[in-house]
Amino acid sequence: SLSSSDTSGEETISATFHDEKDGSTKTVQVPVGQSLMEAAHANDIDLEGACEGSLACSTCHVVIEDPALYEKLEEPTDDENDMLDLAYGLTETSRLGCQVIAAPELDGIKVRIPGATRNFAVDGYKPKPH
Amino acid sequence: SPQLCPGLSQSKTLRFGIVGSGPAGFYTANLLLKKFGEQVHVDIIDRLPTPFGLVRSGVAPDHQDTKNVINQFTRLSQDARVSFLGNVTVGADISLASLRQHYNGVVLAYGAESDRKLSIPGEGLQNSFSAREFVWWYNGHTDYAKLPIDLSKCQEVTIFGLGNVALDCARVLLRDEAVLGRTDIARHAQNALRRSAVKRVDIIGRRGPVQAAFTAKELREITKLPGVQVHIPQEAMQLTEADRAEMKASRIKKRVYDILKTACEAPASGVAQRHLHMHFLRTPLELLPRSPECPSVGSVRLEVNQLQQRQDGSQAAVGTGAHETLPAGMVLSSIGYRTEAIEGLAFDSRRGVVMHREGRVLQENGEDAETGLYVVGWAKRGPTGIIGTNLVDAEETTECIVDDARQGRLTATQSTTEAFRQELARHGTQVVDFQGWQSIDAAEVAAGQGASKPREKFVDTQDMIRLGAGM
Ligand SMILES: Cc1cc2nc3c(=O)[nH]c(=O)nc-3n(C[C@H](O)[C@H](O)[C@H](O)COP(=O)(O)OP(=O)(O)OC[C@H]3O[C@@H](n4cnc5c(N)ncnc54)[C@H](O)[C@@H]3O)c2cc1C
Ligand code: FES
Repeated sequence: SLSSSDTSGEETISATFHDEKDGSTKTVQVPVGQSLMEAAHANDIDLEGACEGSLACSTCHVVIEDPALYEKLEEPTDDENDMLDLAYGLTETSRLGCQVIAAPELDGIKVRIPGATRNFAVDGYKPKPH
Repeated sequence: SPQLCPGLSQSKTLRFGIVGSGPAGFYTANLLLKKFGEQVHVDIIDRLPTPFGLVRSGVAPDHQDTKNVINQFTRLSQDARVSFLGNVTVGADISLASLRQHYNGVVLAYGAESDRKLSIPGEGLQNSFSAREFVWWYNGHTDYAKLPIDLSKCQEVTIFGLGNVALDCARVLLRDEAVLGRTDIARHAQNALRRSAVKRVDIIGRRGPVQAAFTAKELREITKLPGVQVHIPQEAMQLTEADRAEMKASRIKKRVYDILKTACEAPASGVAQRHLHMHFLRTPLELLPRSPECPSVGSVRLEVNQLQQRQDGSQAAVGTGAHETLPAGMVLSSIGYRTEAIEGLAFDSRRGVVMHREGRVLQENGEDAETGLYVVGWAKRGPTGIIGTNLVDAEETTECIVDDARQGRLTATQSTTEAFRQELARHGTQVVDFQGWQSIDAAEVAAGQGASKPREKFVDTQDMIRLGAGM
């Protein structure tokens, strides 16, 4: 359920990040309006954000664990899909963490940060084949 | 809190030297700090006085957001456990063997700084360059600031290769020079583009649209450039059964095809000042001079291909014997970067990468791993992948290092960063450290201010050393 943090009176939701790289799981309170990437950074969660939220990388990739909740999100734009194409470990419910903005209906959201501890078939940008 | 490596003595600081300060080098440095905590020191060595590799000298000037990752790398460089040693070329200023004596582990992250060649007649004509040279020219890389590029009499440019680097080059040639003038594009390139006569760019690839290596973002962007009309022949968009299978298996191929198809079917705008023509299924045969006596390129001769399915299901381009000729005042070949070998290093000269297993560099016999020598990034995988791909790659290489540290398999050393610097000084190498780079950085940003540019790059190494080595 939604909660108000005592100090600021700001509305927050709860979000859980599962980091596949080290197996850790952390649940944090995210102010409504903040992106999951910002929330991760504010809470020392190891989610990259190479382009600082400007839709020019795909390092903030997260997988929404609950397909029903994924459906509640607004559809990704073309620009987001263009970057998602290149995300490591893409799934049907993948999103870019900098584009998922905390809103009341997302309270309790669980996301996974894909890790690369197995299967190193790194793929994506092949700048030059002829 | 730092994760100490079990099996390591609590007092000993492990020393790592990373050769190359691009994304692969910095991502590896970051992971080494995470894994080894307070017991580690990382020296990041680069042949240039400026850090960040292709983030500075590859990523296009009109993609400033992509360069934001520099902020993260800058924060990392300010960690007391990290030193930057710029203006040090491994293989010239110091041999790899000598370098290794200073570290428990050396990680090669020196990228891919030469090219695959077309290997066709006429490649050596004037105004024929590799895309790497052209990119380094417009991005102000010190090695290519003086590339003799004059666009004032050049109306058509041909680019060989169907990848993002080809699109970057095409975009820089086609887009409004005033827009580029507000980026960190090198001043000499800005001036040349202001005088540009280029009206048409032809991008040419041996295979079809489904085999192209474009990514959707770069492709979408070029199809929407103001004042530019994209031309793709209808027949090029026809799909074979194998094409359909390739698209079904790859989300990105499908999306790229859809963008090409939309561009192919879009009505001509009529007001375009410049044109981009995409040609599929064409192999370059020869670059021809403008006239028999002229040393400069004037046209390109192509052979028309068709696709043939291979045993493994992939499709190869096979010549049909039909030829075409296109006018071209400049030719850029964008068919692949290659890593250069460093003396004493097991090198796969066919693929143009360092020989390795999961990031552990192999001995010349191709079997056993060298002790304490690793590779990451383009020098390891070849020239593919975006900045973030190097992060995933760095995880693999770092895992090998952590494992070797646990098993006591690293190189022994008594050296320090100071001892290494003293050795370099004895040989007359002037190191530009991170503070030195920050002086250069500040001067570049200040120089850009008058011109509304994020920075005006210095393109002369001596100028930078004067600023950066405190001389
Ligand atoms: C033209 C171009 C545009 C690109 N655009 C994008 C983009 O928009 N978005 C994106 O995500 N990716 C882009 N990429 C891909 C991205 O730049 C690469 O994935 C990445 O830079 C590879 O990292 P690296 O660290 O292996 O190599 P590099 O970035 O090349 O770094 C290698 C470093 O090693 C140094 N070095 C070389 N030899 C020596 C030596 N002997 N001794 C010491 N130092 C040495 C070099 O000076 C350099 O700093 C682009 C690539 C190119 C070529
Ligand atoms: S941080 Fe780069 S796309 Fe999200």
